[in-house]
Amino acid sequence: MSAAADTATAIAAISTRGVARDFTAGQQTIRVLHGIDLDVRAGELTYLVGESGSGKTTLISIMCGILWPTEGEVRLFGTDIYRLSDSDLVDFRLRNVGFIFQQYNLIPAIDAASNAAVPLIAQGMDRLEARERAIELLAALNIAAQADKLPNQLSGGQQQRVAIARALVHQPRLIVCDEPTAALDARSGRRVMDLLREVALADDRSVIIVTHDNRIFDLADRILVLEDGRITHDGRDMPKDH
Amino acid sequence: MVWIAIRMLTGDATKFYGLLFGIAFSTLLITQQLTIFVNLIERGASGVYNVPSADVWVMDPVSRTTDVNLPMPSTALDRVRSVAGVEWAVPHLRAAASVRTKEGDLEGVSVIGVDDATLIGLPRRMASGAADVLERPDAVVIDDVGTTRFFPEGYDPVGERLELNDQRAVIMGVADAIPSFTSQVTLYTRYSRALNFVPGTRNRLSFVLVGAAPGVDAKALATRITQDTGLRARTRDEFARDGVDFIIENTGIPLNFGITVLLGFVVGVAIVGLTFSLFIRDNIKQFGALKAIGVNNAKIRRMVAAQAAMVGLIGYGLGVLGTVGFIWGFSSNPTFKGFYIPWQVPLISLVAVALILALTGWIALRRVLKTEPAAVFR
Ligand SMILES: Nc1ncnc2c1ncn2[C@@H]1O[C@H](COP(=O)(O)OP(=O)(O)O)[C@@H](O)[C@H]1O
Ligand SMILES: [Mg+2]
Repeated sequence: MSAAADTATAIAAISTRGVARDFTAGQQTIRVLHGIDLDVRAGELTYLVGESGSGKTTLISIMCGILWPTEGEVRLFGTDIYRLSDSDLVDFRLRNVGFIFQQYNLIPAIDAASNAAVPLIAQGMDRLEARERAIELLAALNIAAQADKLPNQLSGGQQQRVAIARALVHQPRLIVCDEPTAALDARSGRRVMDLLREVALADDRSVIIVTHDNRIFDLADRILVLEDGRITHDGRDMPKDH
Repeated sequence: MVWIAIRMLTGDATKFYGLLFGIAFSTLLITQQLTIFVNLIERGASGVYNVPSADVWVMDPVSRTTDVNLPMPSTALDRVRSVAGVEWAVPHLRAAASVRTKEGDLEGVSVIGVDDATLIGLPRRMASGAADVLERPDAVVIDDVGTTRFFPEGYDPVGERLELNDQRAVIMGVADAIPSFTSQVTLYTRYSRALNFVPGTRNRLSFVLVGAAPGVDAKALATRITQDTGLRARTRDEFARDGVDFIIENTGIPLNFGITVLLGFVVGVAIVGLTFSLFIRDNIKQFGALKAIGVNNAKIRRMVAAQAAMVGLIGYGLGVLGTVGFIWGFSSNPTFKGFYIPWQVPLISLVAVALILALTGWIALRRVLKTEPAAVFR
């Protein structure tokens, strides 16, 4: 029993080896990430912290399968994702990754429950069944009463909860969020992070959050600091000089 | 996902109606113009359609249409009658004349002389009066659309006197006829009277109308008549086609209508293309999010195709309905008498709509497919 559990935790949820990424702007090619080696465990809330332009968004995009690295490999739950065919990678994301976008990117013409149900509908589940599952999740997020409302009838906080529901509804093994609290005041920011810890974190799931919001650093299981495309700190707390 | 695509489309009411308007407008323009075009050029065959009982039209070899004809000597009638397979053959006179109206105006008319005995050559139905009114002296039958040119609307012209080429004529009936291409007034009278009304040289016989004996093929009979008599013989369908072709070849109508139809297409592409790309631009973030979440390109294609199909079907339906409404609304107007929508016309506009949407949808889709999923984090 315990041996099996040990093996499960021993397999990293995400592992990157030698991940580098170049961007070409005009004549110049700039290396934004330099040989990132990283293992992210399941069951942890991991923060990716760093100054603007340090490469956080680039790294998280590569880790979740939406941006090809120039060099290196990325394994998600054992799968070398950038060796998959294009369409297999899309399908892999659909089954394994939940996204929370900064601007939520909800579809304005469909109600909260349908928005939250999008990943299940995309997987081919019957629309009404998918909605029911989404409504359960909205209830857990305390916005079941808003299930039938269109996004523009919801407050910003409510929209974000719908976006969180959409990221969780298909029970992916990896959740990624880029700057989820950037637009929120301190109290709402903390509440969202508490919520994510509560509903998103599970033994078999990793949650990676990009942030430079120092008000919420105490809520992380692990903090990675990125500076100029290199990991310079890895620990439970922030380094003293930050 | 198709359901989501449709909701995305209808959720943006302004653009949805814009797209519908673009398609409906194009459909209306194309369908309506093609309908008018077809009906108008078919008027070139009205002279043939008005005498459906004639299987074969026989004429001088240089005659081309019912209105462009060179009269033959009257002996042609007997020569045609002697050809095997001819059940009956009757003389038919078509000539131009002028009428002096009560107001003193001079109007050009067509005079049609129909067979004295059988009245073959007269349109099948009368709008007013019976065909036998032609038995009476000086009697002429006027066509119904012609009536509206000589008399005020709703006026019953029966009993009216006309001065036809300086001779007295009395309108004794109104024929329910398909108007000619020029909508010129047509006066029907018996062949023997027509000879009086329309003076001329020895040769006065414009056509010989022929009925085929039972079981005799019209096309074969026409060939035989030409072989035996040296005259030109055309089946009803061929001669109708000759009349239509004459209009096509000798007027600017095909070009004019062609330009309008093309314009309808271009306007459709412009409105729909512009609105569609605005719609896609407004929704590009959502499409990007869907792509990141894991909606593959095949599903994205299906979504855009569903949006195009929805706009296309509703817009097209509205456009065709509009055309039907137009034709129906003007059905009492003599210019549009007998207008119908040939089945090919809606089919052509459907193809045009499909082309418009395929073109604009493809451009819109390319933009969605090109969007990097990584752009959602930017
Ligand atoms: N698509 C791109 N094209 C060119 N340069 C880019 C692109 N994406 C990111 N960069 C550059 O890479 C660097 C890191 O960007 P990013 O990963 O967004 O940093 P962060 O999220 O930490 O602010 C920046 O200098 C940025 O200008
Ligand atoms: Mg960023």
